[in-house]
Amino acid sequence: MISFDRVSKRFAQGHDALREVSVDIGKDELVFITGHSGAGKTTLLRMIMLMERPSRGQVTIDGQNLAAIGPRGIPRHRRNIGVVFQNHRLLMDRTVFDNVALPLIIAGYDQREVGRRVRAALDKVGLLKRERAMPVTLSGGEQQRVGIARAVVGKPKIILADEPTGNLDPALSAEIMQLFEEFNQVGVTVLIASHDLALISRLRHRIITLREGRLVAGSKA
Amino acid sequence: MTGRGAAGRATAGRREGASQSRTGWRDRYNAWLMHHRLSAADSMNRVLDNPVSSAMTWLVIGIALALPTGLNVALDNVSQLSASWDSPAQISLFLQDGISEDRARQLREEVAAREDVAQTLFVSRDEALEEFRALSGFADVLASLEHNPLPHLILVSPVGSSPQSAAVALRAELAGYPDVAQAVLDMEWLQRLNSLMELSRRLVLAVGGLLVVGVVLILGNTIRLAIESRRDEIVIVKLVGGSNAFVRRPFLYTGLWYGVGGGLFAALLVAASLWLLRQPISELATLYQSEFRLRGLGVMGGLNLIILGGLLGLAGSWLAVARHLVEIQPR
Ligand SMILES: Nc1ncnc2c1ncn2[C@@H]1O[C@H](COP(=O)(O)OP(=O)(O)O)[C@@H](O)[C@H]1O
Ligand SMILES: [Mg+2]
Repeated sequence: MISFDRVSKRFAQGHDALREVSVDIGKDELVFITGHSGAGKTTLLRMIMLMERPSRGQVTIDGQNLAAIGPRGIPRHRRNIGVVFQNHRLLMDRTVFDNVALPLIIAGYDQREVGRRVRAALDKVGLLKRERAMPVTLSGGEQQRVGIARAVVGKPKIILADEPTGNLDPALSAEIMQLFEEFNQVGVTVLIASHDLALISRLRHRIITLREGRLVAGSKA
Repeated sequence: MTGRGAAGRATAGRREGASQSRTGWRDRYNAWLMHHRLSAADSMNRVLDNPVSSAMTWLVIGIALALPTGLNVALDNVSQLSASWDSPAQISLFLQDGISEDRARQLREEVAAREDVAQTLFVSRDEALEEFRALSGFADVLASLEHNPLPHLILVSPVGSSPQSAAVALRAELAGYPDVAQAVLDMEWLQRLNSLMELSRRLVLAVGGLLVVGVVLILGNTIRLAIESRRDEIVIVKLVGGSNAFVRRPFLYTGLWYGVGGGLFAALLVAASLWLLRQPISELATLYQSEFRLRGLGVMGGLNLIILGGLLGLAGSWLAVARHLVEIQPR
């Protein structure tokens, strides 16, 4: 589903964020990416979203070489990927409902369908009753779950999460991870960057380890 | 909720199918149309949510558009007025001093015989003095004069609908008669008025052009600020797959609403100033026994102004959007 072939990323200052990374991730996999801060986890996820382009090597998703996607093709590409950010990135002046509805509005669903899907997604993350709330009135864990609902509402084939439990206590973190496992069980490819080794090693999924931009473990399933 | 039943499920099912490959033209068109509607409404709400600053923007644009429009309406009225004076051009022939009344009457016959002359009227120097005495109120002064200072006068009307140039040519020929001291075309001031008007029109055009550029820049700046204040939102929308067109749309509508509102303000300003002038002008017209009525902008003129405002709003927001939206990329 996702394939990195000797991908390197060198930033303008000459810093290598990724070095010759090769990895294949299957369609029904849930994979953790771990490593110290600055190891290149975020950079790897950003490449999948085309927020960053490789300096060398190729990224292929679902058989499509990402190098072939030009600036005009990026929005369509991103619509097939659900993303969860560490700091949620919610629209603070919109309700929970409107935040979750955003990908559907962009994709152009009609109103009734938007309502149906948003409520299904909110139900899944246990926030159905808070659809009219503003994000600031929610706890950190709840905000993160709104972000997850937004990532899954468009039924993407891939979900990326960058440190989704970074600010949460262990109990909440476990709950969030369980949500991702549930999405994975219905056939979604899930990629989670996290340095919470204690949590992810309990979960029995493949773990890819990066060190200073090099892939040091987990390249094969 | 209970009413949705089977129908709701049916549409949901059809939609599900459509969502698999969202490439159908109909779906895309509907999506596009819906986002236009959402953007238009959302932008309108944002404009109305800040009534004071929005009204200020409208007023600035309104004044900038009303100024050249108002001047243009004024010029239209003046040219309408001067057009009604155009036809009865008259040439006054003042004869040389020493000429006898008989010779003067003879000259009048000669002039009247010309093909390009419709009518002539002879006013002898005595008649002229009499008339002047009666009208001017200088009777005492005139009585003290030793002799009549006025010359004989022949008033010549060119044939009916002869164009201005013909009257000018006729005046030049008549001025060439040896017995004629001076030939004056009464239309001259009208010509001067006309060239003055032409000049004014060009000035209004130039000022209007500058103000239009000003309006576009003002709107561009307003939209730039709107973009700046929603930077985070733009980033998030781009992250979840919003295209440039999608991100652009609400800002284009914001520009459109500012422009349309400005055009409306301009039309109201022009209408209000004309309304204030209407009463004194109609009094003046009655005094001069004129049929003149002040001509306003008209419904079409007002509509055009609103459309112009809208187009300028779009132009301004395009300018801002083209420059600033591409810069905002997710980091
Ligand atoms: N836009 C950038 N410009 C320059 N260096 C960057 C940029 N983004 C990331 N880096 C560097 O690349 C390395 C990897 O960063 P990142 O992928 O964010 O690591 P992680 O997410 O594992 O903490 C870091 O050393 C970081 O400083
Ligand atoms: Mg990171």
